[in-house]
Amino acid sequence: MAHQVPGAAHLAVAGARAVTAAMLSSRSRGDKVANAVFPAVLLAALALAVASLGVLIVWSLVEAWPRLDWNLITNGPSRIHPETAGFRVALLGSLYLILGVIVLIVPLGVGAAIYLEEYADRSKWYNRAIELNIQNLAGVPSIVFGILGLAYIARSPLSLGFTAAAGSITLAMLVLPTVIIAAREAIRAVPSSIREASLALGATQWQTIWRQVLPAAIAGVLTGVILAVSRAVGEAAPLLLVGAAVRVSRDPSFFEGAYSALPVQIYTYSTQAQHEVQQLAAAGIVVMLGFVLLMNATAIYLRDRYEQKW
Amino acid sequence: MTSPTITASGAGADTPRRSLEATRRRLGEQAVKAFLLVCAAVSVLVTTGIVLSLLFGALGFFDHVSVREFLTGTRWSPMRGEFGVLPLVVGTLNVVFWALLVAVPIGLLSAIYLSEYASHGVRRVVKPTLEVLAGIPTVAIGLFALFFLRPLAEDLFPFLDWPSVHSVGVAGVAVGLLIIPLVASIADDALRAVPRSLREGAYALGASKLNVTLRVVIPAAISGIIAGIVLGVSRAVGETMVVLVAAGASPNLTIDPTDSVQTMTAYIGVTATGEIAYGTIQYESIFAVGALLFLMTLVMNATAVRLVRRFREVYD
Repeated sequence: MAHQVPGAAHLAVAGARAVTAAMLSSRSRGDKVANAVFPAVLLAALALAVASLGVLIVWSLVEAWPRLDWNLITNGPSRIHPETAGFRVALLGSLYLILGVIVLIVPLGVGAAIYLEEYADRSKWYNRAIELNIQNLAGVPSIVFGILGLAYIARSPLSLGFTAAAGSITLAMLVLPTVIIAAREAIRAVPSSIREASLALGATQWQTIWRQVLPAAIAGVLTGVILAVSRAVGEAAPLLLVGAAVRVSRDPSFFEGAYSALPVQIYTYSTQAQHEVQQLAAAGIVVMLGFVLLMNATAIYLRDRYEQKW
Repeated sequence: MTSPTITASGAGADTPRRSLEATRRRLGEQAVKAFLLVCAAVSVLVTTGIVLSLLFGALGFFDHVSVREFLTGTRWSPMRGEFGVLPLVVGTLNVVFWALLVAVPIGLLSAIYLSEYASHGVRRVVKPTLEVLAGIPTVAIGLFALFFLRPLAEDLFPFLDWPSVHSVGVAGVAVGLLIIPLVASIADDALRAVPRSLREGAYALGASKLNVTLRVVIPAAISGIIAGIVLGVSRAVGETMVVLVAAGASPNLTIDPTDSVQTMTAYIGVTATGEIAYGTIQYESIFAVGALLFLMTLVMNATAVRLVRRFREVYD
């Protein structure tokens, strides 16, 4: 360190350092400018990315401001009085859909993840096929799941009709890969020493998984489930094909009768020209964004907070 | 569990040999394993269901319309029995073009900043924020495009002719906003997978940070970066709600960004919402368009998976 060098030697060292620094930084001026401008451009791009999505949130709040009251949640849709109409029916529909999705994806998603991480022998072709299949399924457009729902779930062989149950199954299939991929990562992060210790104490493989591996991986698994549910809440496209698009003014039931869902209702409102209806759509967006962003933030917080370092 | 029986040859002769084999067959364990296998197999069942539903629906459609007419026809008008899919495909590609024009530069530059320049604190705040924003429902982005971006575009470019409230350019830009977090996050992963020794080697040779980033880190991460872009394209092709709300429902064969078009996904969405009778040719056309959409995204996703695997293999 320079300050440890006394007197004249200090000056000499400082001089030598200045010369060296000058030599090393004797790049062209263009280079210097580029080195200064480049990070600024990068930062501007990042700011633009975050800001444009921030503007979306602010815009929906401003548009919806006059409608943010309890009517929005407690009232059903109304053609005659759009200024007091609300999302009661759509919210209930979404609630049913989501409960159905959770019931389906938690056992199926976590089960598949456990099988692939703990049991599957990767030298077997069918295990590799399942893995590849899940990767590809994650990239299939959501509306294609709607086609599947229309062809096989609403109609035969499942023949559930255009009900909330059919919508639930369709959404569950759509978000299943999200849960599986997240749960697999969480399970993989549990070190094998924990499994080996448990097996060495005489626990069976399933006891080891149920009492050691899963508790250790629970935060990551939960993150995956929450992210999947939040995606299902905001997804409208597949529901258009399994019947959520019709006008509904009565509270839905799970296995019979017409139903609606929040994002589909918002879409339907957006196609109408009346200003009050458009305001209502914006208010619906605020409600939906509130749910979705809160869930995503919880999931990401959970993941970052409880990510165990072994 | 089949652990081999240990023969205790060294133990005293009078002690009975104990086997480490389970004393009874653990049926519960077997049942659990079978149940978990079924869970994993559900995803295969879903894929099979998708392929079969698309295949049979499309076969029914191609009984009435020849494949050649479908793929090369330039007019899409189901009510009049014209099923040339090109306007829908061009509409989709048009959206993808504008989306990439927005998402590739902004997404990549953001990723480079996050991976190479951002301080730890900035990164810790911005990365999760982007992840949260990636979860914004697409129907919200659609309405934002229709009621905010579209009037804004008209104010910014008043010299253009804006024939309708729907505009493929605005819809494409909105889809671009939607895929920025995706592109940025995958590119960021790829950039961070480049080992530090490569960067330090370049610094030791006297390269500036700019040169290290542009000539060492980015080339080393290029397959991952391209994978991110390909996944972004696939997402843009499959995006439904934004284009349904903001790009309109008129299957025009056009490349004018101010025009209204119909994409493949929007056609499926609109047709399914309307009253269409089961078994009609309009109903079956959903499956033909869906099959084409499925094939396009499948090819892109498979490409991206390969590219990602490549950059993982090189540096792990």
